Amino acid sequence: MKNISCDVLVVGAGAAGLCAGSVTSKHGLDTIIIDREDQPGGILKQCIHNGFGLRYFKEELTGPEYACRVAKLAADAGAKIMTGTTAVEAKKNADGSFTFKVFSQKEKVCYISSKAVLFTTGCRERTRGNIITPGTRPAGVFTAGAAQKLLNISGYLPGKCAVIVGSGDIGLIMARRLKWCGIDVKAVVEIMRHPSGLTRNIVQCLDDFGIPLYLGHSVTNIYGKERVEAVDITPLADGKPDFSKTFKVDCDTLLFSVGLVPEVELAKQLEVKINPATGGAFVDDDYETTTPMVFASGNGLHVHDLVDFVSEESERAAGSICRRLSGAKNSDKVPVTVEKTLKYVVPTQATRGEKQSFYFRPLIVANKATLEARADGKIIKKRLIPFVRPAEMLEFELEIPAECKEMEFALTGGELL
Amino acid sequence: MVYDTVIVGAGVTGAATAWQLGRYNIKCAVLDKAADCGFGVSKANSGIIHGGFHHSVTSLKAKLEVEGNLMIDSMQHALHFPYVRTGILVAAFSEEEMQTVEKLYHRGLGNGLKGLELCSKERTLELEPKLQDNVVGSFYAPNGGTIEPYRYVFALMENAQLNGVEFKRNTKVVSGRFADGIWHLECEDGSVVKSRYVVNAAGLFADELSKACGAEEFTIRPRKGEEYLLDRTSDARPSKVIFPVPTKTSKGVLVIPTPGGTTMIGPTADMVDDKEDAATTGEHFDKILAMTQNMVKGVSRRDVITAFAGLRPAIEGDDFYIAPSEKVPNFIQAAGIQSPGLTASPAIGVYIKDLLKKCGLELVEKSDIIYENPGHPEVRNLSDEQVQALCEKDESYSRIVCRCEQITEAEIIDAVRCGHTTVDGVKFHTRAGMGRCQGGFCSAKILEIISRESGIPMQELTKRGANSRIMAGKLGTLEVKL
Repeated sequence: MKNISCDVLVVGAGAAGLCAGSVTSKHGLDTIIIDREDQPGGILKQCIHNGFGLRYFKEELTGPEYACRVAKLAADAGAKIMTGTTAVEAKKNADGSFTFKVFSQKEKVCYISSKAVLFTTGCRERTRGNIITPGTRPAGVFTAGAAQKLLNISGYLPGKCAVIVGSGDIGLIMARRLKWCGIDVKAVVEIMRHPSGLTRNIVQCLDDFGIPLYLGHSVTNIYGKERVEAVDITPLADGKPDFSKTFKVDCDTLLFSVGLVPEVELAKQLEVKINPATGGAFVDDDYETTTPMVFASGNGLHVHDLVDFVSEESERAAGSICRRLSGAKNSDKVPVTVEKTLKYVVPTQATRGEKQSFYFRPLIVANKATLEARADGKIIKKRLIPFVRPAEMLEFELEIPAECKEMEFALTGGELL
Repeated sequence: MVYDTVIVGAGVTGAATAWQLGRYNIKCAVLDKAADCGFGVSKANSGIIHGGFHHSVTSLKAKLEVEGNLMIDSMQHALHFPYVRTGILVAAFSEEEMQTVEKLYHRGLGNGLKGLELCSKERTLELEPKLQDNVVGSFYAPNGGTIEPYRYVFALMENAQLNGVEFKRNTKVVSGRFADGIWHLECEDGSVVKSRYVVNAAGLFADELSKACGAEEFTIRPRKGEEYLLDRTSDARPSKVIFPVPTKTSKGVLVIPTPGGTTMIGPTADMVDDKEDAATTGEHFDKILAMTQNMVKGVSRRDVITAFAGLRPAIEGDDFYIAPSEKVPNFIQAAGIQSPGLTASPAIGVYIKDLLKKCGLELVEKSDIIYENPGHPEVRNLSDEQVQALCEKDESYSRIVCRCEQITEAEIIDAVRCGHTTVDGVKFHTRAGMGRCQGGFCSAKILEIISRESGIPMQELTKRGANSRIMAGKLGTLEVKL
């Protein structure tokens, strides 16, 4: 069995892993980025639409273009990218290093040991099973991402007439994509009273194509023994389906775009603690998890709206790894929490006297709300935010006061969901 | 061509019969209307090897259950299917329930079972710490276990085929007539299959086949059971199968540690009219969740990865109906094989073989019986050295396709070469697509491998045969109307 050693092992060669790997490599750290797929780039490879990179590259790119750019950054910096490589086990060694067992096309079964680990594992899609949609189990039921891969990578049509469950961004992008392939899209059905996807995607992918969006509705039955034949759509009243108003829509395809779940199963093997609010790891402002020298960033940490944010966050995580491997000690931190108007904050620990970027997901809808930062209960900074939706991530830069004991963030004004 | 015996139905009953008949010098075929074996009743059930204490041994059902249970271990050794003798705990949560538990214990003793324990609260929690602390006591049957039912059927059919039994998929028998000592079975595609003897193992449709062959008239009424599968990371996974105290009509809702590493909760029991109604319902999930949460710690809605429903082929009366037809010659009825049919199946196979012999079928054992199936390597269960050795010969053993269940490309190729060319067939043979992402990441790759290995064009691949096509054609073949 081959044993490979390196300074930094990055798990996942999507935008997060590639951007982080380019930073650690440039810094002179021996970096290996592993990925299960045959090509680097992660999910970007199947996102053939544009709109990527406006912030990070200052130009508009498609997903595959963005993937190529960041893969080149990593390769040029000297990172070793091992594709076709799946990590199956992770363990912590007595000397503080880590060893991963991997299956690799090139090395077969082998072990990779490193001084630091960065998890950039991305997400998986929630499925029909996760949200317990009743009905038959025919062919024609896909997650939106699986259908996207089938269409954009393999070149096959998932059906001829679709209903989309959930208004997540992938579902919205797929609604437009299906239309462009000649597939009828009968409806997008969202259980919440507000879309879960970005507003620009509602406009560009649904409104522009006349695709109806049913907010506050749920798919309550699936018909068809062999292939999907129809679905029942039911409006919700006080959070419960009102079956007296159920209507049936014929379709042969059902796509689920009902949320993303960070992939943390491998991190859990290293005793990384998971934040129930994000589904990803708890991290401090170094992006270090509760297990020392194990870091996390990107969608595997919390779900981002834009890949540009993923790249920026991962560069910061990589910067921390460089400092820590150069001997910097983990400093004393302040706990960071949120009020009930916010779903979560990342990071949940921050260093006093340093400028930090915080990311939030709102739980309120408002056309104007104030984001407040409170140090030991006192407001130290606030910002008026003109457009607040759960679908839109918030970012806030702040220097934590030197004497502070705890930090809290809240949104005031607006309607609590 | 006239077969000596044709078995209609490749579920667990038909497959176990074929496995037995393969050992004799006769020409035998199994016909099934579905795209693969085990695709009816057998694929969707709790996968329990029962302990033999639910029914009195005076019934044929209990006799075959006890016998079948004793055969499973040696069969696993030869046929290689996923099965674990976990033991069964019937847990009581009140003194009243404890009285029923005691009855089960005594019935088990009466049925000749070994190693049974009537357990105090303390002993119960020692045996299964996952049980809720308000458990009063239990009955422990170490002889019960869990099995992957589809893999078990595949293994039986594989062995039957190794011994020369023919398997005709997508072959639906619509009628049969007996003339000049030979059964003529007419199939939906117009073909006629001829055989001296017929075994009716048509599961939910055994009543229709019987009628269409002029044999006894009876009614199979489907009784639906819903099951929910929890991720392998669920805290609820017990070490033993947990049964509640049974009611008159049902063995109740169980918590099952599947051999594959997931945890299953279910089933319900509802009479339905449609023999193809395998839809799940929202209300039942809430019921199953509450019932299992009351028994076992850590059962959570968050861990549900999928749901399914199966239909039990229920028949009038309490027993299996396994007997030669009294109306037509050389026709063996094997109907109403519901729970514990899976457990009883090895003994059912032997029993039907003996019935055929009694009806005059000459059975001479072959000299070259193949008792063992070749193994199907499962990389996730092998040591590093074993995997390395496989990879030296075939590098596709190093390519993990299904990441959640760690299934390699080689295992998928193996399944296709065994004749499983539908997505469900490959899934049941390998577990690829059974994990927490439910095929979200790997389905496109799996389709490509099936297509490449089977020669079936991508757009014609199906989930489970017939009109269950996965795709509607190639990109660019639809007219775009914007």
